[in-house]
Amino acid sequence: MFNEMNFTCPPPPGYKGKVQMGHGGGGRMSRKLIRELFIREFKSASLMEEHDGSIVTVDGVRLAFCTDGHVVSPPFFPGGDIGSLAVHGTVNDLAACGARPIAMSSAFVIEEGFPIADLERIVRSMAAAAEHAGVEIVTGDTKVVEHGKGDGVFITTSGIGVIEHEPAPTPRNVKPGDRVVISGPIARHGLAILSIRDNLMFESDLVSDSAPLWDLVSRVYAAGIKPRCMRDPTRGGLAAALSEIAELSATSITLDDRAIPLAEAAKNACEFLGLDPLFIANEGLMLFFVAADDETLLLETLRSHPRGTQAAAIGRVDSGDAGILFVEAEPGGRRAIDIPAGEELPRIC
Amino acid sequence: MKYLDEYRDPKIARALVERIRSTTKRTWTIMELCGGQTHGIMKFGLDAALEGVVELVHGPGCPVCVTPAEAIDRAIAIARTPGTIICSFGDMLRVPGTSENLFHARADGGDVRVVYSPLDAVATARKTPNREVVFFAVGFETTSPAAAAALLEAERLALDNFSLIVSHVRVPPAIEAILDAPGNRVQAFLAAGHVCTVTGEAEYLPIVASRHVPIVITGFEPVDLLEGIARCVEQLEKGESRLENQYARSVRPEGNPAALRAIARVFEVVDYAWRGIGVIPQSGMRIRPAFRRFDAFERFPTTSAESSSESSSPCRSGEVLSGRIKPHECEAFGSTCTPDHPLGAPMVSAEGACSAHYRYRRVINKESLLCSTK
Repeated sequence: MFNEMNFTCPPPPGYKGKVQMGHGGGGRMSRKLIRELFIREFKSASLMEEHDGSIVTVDGVRLAFCTDGHVVSPPFFPGGDIGSLAVHGTVNDLAACGARPIAMSSAFVIEEGFPIADLERIVRSMAAAAEHAGVEIVTGDTKVVEHGKGDGVFITTSGIGVIEHEPAPTPRNVKPGDRVVISGPIARHGLAILSIRDNLMFESDLVSDSAPLWDLVSRVYAAGIKPRCMRDPTRGGLAAALSEIAELSATSITLDDRAIPLAEAAKNACEFLGLDPLFIANEGLMLFFVAADDETLLLETLRSHPRGTQAAAIGRVDSGDAGILFVEAEPGGRRAIDIPAGEELPRIC
Repeated sequence: MKYLDEYRDPKIARALVERIRSTTKRTWTIMELCGGQTHGIMKFGLDAALEGVVELVHGPGCPVCVTPAEAIDRAIAIARTPGTIICSFGDMLRVPGTSENLFHARADGGDVRVVYSPLDAVATARKTPNREVVFFAVGFETTSPAAAAALLEAERLALDNFSLIVSHVRVPPAIEAILDAPGNRVQAFLAAGHVCTVTGEAEYLPIVASRHVPIVITGFEPVDLLEGIARCVEQLEKGESRLENQYARSVRPEGNPAALRAIARVFEVVDYAWRGIGVIPQSGMRIRPAFRRFDAFERFPTTSAESSSESSSPCRSGEVLSGRIKPHECEAFGSTCTPDHPLGAPMVSAEGACSAHYRYRRVINKESLLCSTK
């Protein structure tokens, strides 16, 4: 539909010029909107990398810079809240760039009538999360919108980090033969949120995995491992993150279904609700792409850290079938995974 | 997970494939009626594992796929009426009517909500007495008891702001229509386990007797599906036609009497126009006159939907739904028709045959572990 040579007035993506929830779902609709509107218009070379953050060089110092909006509903959930999530989301995007977090900003959009006590609880949680993650919140902004024009509170955070190890990890470094490692069990964040949504309450002891990951990543660097790429698989889950990396690196990725760590409670909730855990959001996990020779040391290193005790090697990178994510399962053999077009579970982060 | 892992056991699955292969002396054509079974077959590569001995034909058992475009158009028109809330299952919101779907109505400002149960829609009606709440009720006998229960609950609560668009359909008349169609190739059926959990076995016995066709009530996991197929093949090879129940861990011969009573109390059986297939006698449900105040089409008689004309579309979903062609035999499949730009409902729905083929067969599965036992 879009002709790259024609920058004059292409029709905006989406239905009759209107944004749909699916445009924020982390699937194909989101990607299309980002590529065909934001990247096209902003024309930034680092934006075209489509990484979790961008890398900028200032007087020889390599910095990572990233930003993230948080609209999770409800704002308080098992294992966290929108405040701690806003800190973790940003420091983890920096960590995925291989950057030690230095400073953060936070911008609040608050709906008129939002309880001050809840706001206080969120801000305290944010402060504690920032301290725990070793990052300072150095600037911010506060806006209030009329009752009915927002939904409680939205928080946007941006972060700056320093890259201390070269080459910095990016999806385009991924090569055939590389191994895929995940730092822990998947699908916990999305399911924890779903379990308390008022239209879907189900009893479970599922808790969000929301957590800062720089400490874990720095231990990997300290062990002498230089990941080719890292990614925190948030919205759209493991499948969306991996299929995007397969596309950007022009490789195929094959997952071993039996190797993917998944708690029994999460597996049961997914079966019950008819959801695929590969598509469910995580907020405290890191995906690593490393050379095959580094796999064993990476697993040992991750498992020695409290956040990585259940780390597992889950797949491999191949040439051929560029851009396609496969999963190998028994029975059934190898099949392609198609990421969802639009919204599966809205407002999960 | 109990009742799950053992039904996905690769060793048992391989043994069943062997059993089917050693039983068959010719190729048999078997239709799985339920869209959930279609997805299981495609996901686990069962069709490829049985190539040459069993041809699996996908049936019409995707409820949102057979919901007429006119019903969706009217739901969209109601969603655009100020003061209304339309609730339905997630899939129903994605399926296009003549040109738009309910998500589009939502982007235009309509209040369209996904619910997991019709009773959630009743709860919404109770919480918002100043709004008209409409539940768009679709599905086979699996979901019609829940819709009936929702209506009865609304009556008990004396709600005057709750109504239903009813597009419920029945499986047995569809089986008869498929068997009686000219050029039918289907020699046996896997009946849908969940539907039979509600209906029991009674309605299938006359079909087996009059049409001399094996029907095996079957579950949804790979071992279920393979066992259902094995039982069909064993009957076919012996020239028998019986009703068998593979899914006995859920289906009792008498079904679920409470659910059947609720359906009978609220709904009456009518002829019904299946999307892409046409009118099948006695295959649909309508709200009985005593409950007419809960019929959304009675409450919103003036909402005219845009007129529908699907004849010009290259979509061949009717032929897919009745098992006459496989999804990839449609010229539009994967080219002009994809999950992002669906031309027909089977490409959108999680139970649609076209979406199953698109999801699992875009890259041909050459390495099925089950195939390797050949």
